[in-house]
Amino acid sequence: MKAIKFVVIALIAFLLINNQNSSATQQPSPSTMKASIARGKELYLLQCLACHQVDGGGVPHLNAPLDGSANVKGNNKAKLIKIVLNGLKGEEIEGEAYGNIMAPHKELTDQQIADILTFVRNNWSNKATQITSAEVKAVRAKKK
Amino acid sequence: MRKIVSLSLAFLVLLSTTVQAEDSTHVFNQITVKPDADNAGLKLLPGFGALKVADNLGHTRHLVVNAQGDIYTKIMGRVASEKGIIKLHDSKGDGKADVITSFGNYGGTGIAIKNGYLYASSDEEVFRYKLDDKGGVLDTKQPEKIITGLKKGNQHETKSIALDNDGNIYVNIGAYSNSCQIEDRTKGSLGKMPCPILDSAGGIWQFKTNVLNQSYAQGERYATGLRNVVGLDWNSELNELFVMQHGRDQLHDLFPDLYDERANAEKPAETMYAIKKGTNAGWPYVYYDPELNKKMVAPEYGGDAKKESTDPSFSNPTMAFPAHLAPNGLLFYTGNQFPEKYKNGAFIAFHGSWNRAPLPQAGYYVVFVPFEKGKPTGKWEVFADGFSGMEVVTGTRGAAHRPCGLAQGPDGSLYVSDDVKGTIYRIVYNKETK
Repeated sequence: MKAIKFVVIALIAFLLINNQNSSATQQPSPSTMKASIARGKELYLLQCLACHQVDGGGVPHLNAPLDGSANVKGNNKAKLIKIVLNGLKGEEIEGEAYGNIMAPHKELTDQQIADILTFVRNNWSNKATQITSAEVKAVRAKKK
Repeated sequence: MRKIVSLSLAFLVLLSTTVQAEDSTHVFNQITVKPDADNAGLKLLPGFGALKVADNLGHTRHLVVNAQGDIYTKIMGRVASEKGIIKLHDSKGDGKADVITSFGNYGGTGIAIKNGYLYASSDEEVFRYKLDDKGGVLDTKQPEKIITGLKKGNQHETKSIALDNDGNIYVNIGAYSNSCQIEDRTKGSLGKMPCPILDSAGGIWQFKTNVLNQSYAQGERYATGLRNVVGLDWNSELNELFVMQHGRDQLHDLFPDLYDERANAEKPAETMYAIKKGTNAGWPYVYYDPELNKKMVAPEYGGDAKKESTDPSFSNPTMAFPAHLAPNGLLFYTGNQFPEKYKNGAFIAFHGSWNRAPLPQAGYYVVFVPFEKGKPTGKWEVFADGFSGMEVVTGTRGAAHRPCGLAQGPDGSLYVSDDVKGTIYRIVYNKETK
């Protein structure tokens, strides 16, 4: 019984790692997206929650909402990735001004940014495609 | 029972006549308006009732009531043409505003009435309008610009105002930063030394009420080391300015090794200061810890969450309140409608927190602190609650209303503005109300 359990766990781990490796080149499968969202949720609690809040609603006039935001759930992934990498300051977002700056988050890895963004694009009322570490890597490289 | 009631009634009548005889301005005020059946959705202490004076006015920030009972309230942010200040008039005497007019083309927060003038601020200027003998603005198009060119950043940009009895106006110029870090709100970034913001912001500036186009050169930095003040009031009993500081944010986000999420939610205090010329409240170098009751060295300036500040130049607060509640309105009550314990005490409108996450948010209420001769004589208590419409506020965006400004009516009613939906509340006292 124990042996079977071990084999199953090893198999799952193998599949996860395998999937992750291939995600850079292929369209991500639902299981990697699910794993990315789960990791993104953990990272969101540490990196984003204070300002963007549990409900993704932000704080009126201070911090922009993520829930329902066109920037977050839209197709311009590069724009969204850049916001996380470089932060935001004094820019109007969808017609509203926000007082607090958003600090740059260059210190996060490509995978971490991909996970956070995939999570916020698929939480609350948002539903959108996955963002991969390769996509983050490409945007980060272009900036230099 | 009936006997007791009639006896106390007789006593009240006697009391009111006695008071009236002494000083005609100190009449025991009888309220003439009826509270809403649901008290406008608020939870109040026994004997108090509330009604909605007006609703859906926009981002109504501070407000003031003239001697005739008309309300002026200042609208924040980008305002539509001639919608910067809204005037509410109740022509029927039922407490509900039925004549609503507006003027002014600038958004802002501060508004006050003193000696026949209405004062109002944008985020960079202060204007004044002469009032007629009915408390109406004589010329809404051409106010006098008395203060101009004030520093305005992206955060803490609003300019709250208060006036003394000697022809001076006090303006808050908020620090355009959280804690004067080299990189604002960035993890681990240290503080600038000395903090360059303090030369033109992070304090209270004093100007003359009757001089045009004053700026930093004509004004005086009256108090410094105040991160941001929204609620402030001149205490006429003491002839002294009192301010409520918004304490710094994000101790945990910026210094996670020193502060956990609980510490982040509970520190630092929101603080009240009695301001004298030259008062330094210590921002950004120190913050006030409400659990240790001490001024602590900020982590940006060598603090480790345990190091107490020994710098004697920094003032102690008059009173400390829980962290992050965002005090946006302060009013010393001088009216005669509320029971005696409220006289000269402080009402504070707490806009409500966002920086307590992941713990539940707090505030979103009006509190009362009893005062005697400028010193608190008891603990603060929640006076009016229920603005948010939620049992527990988990996300700030969900709050239906957030209390912001406070004003006292000529009959001693307390007015509260909400800057989410633009609701104006009037809180009244009536012994017979359950």
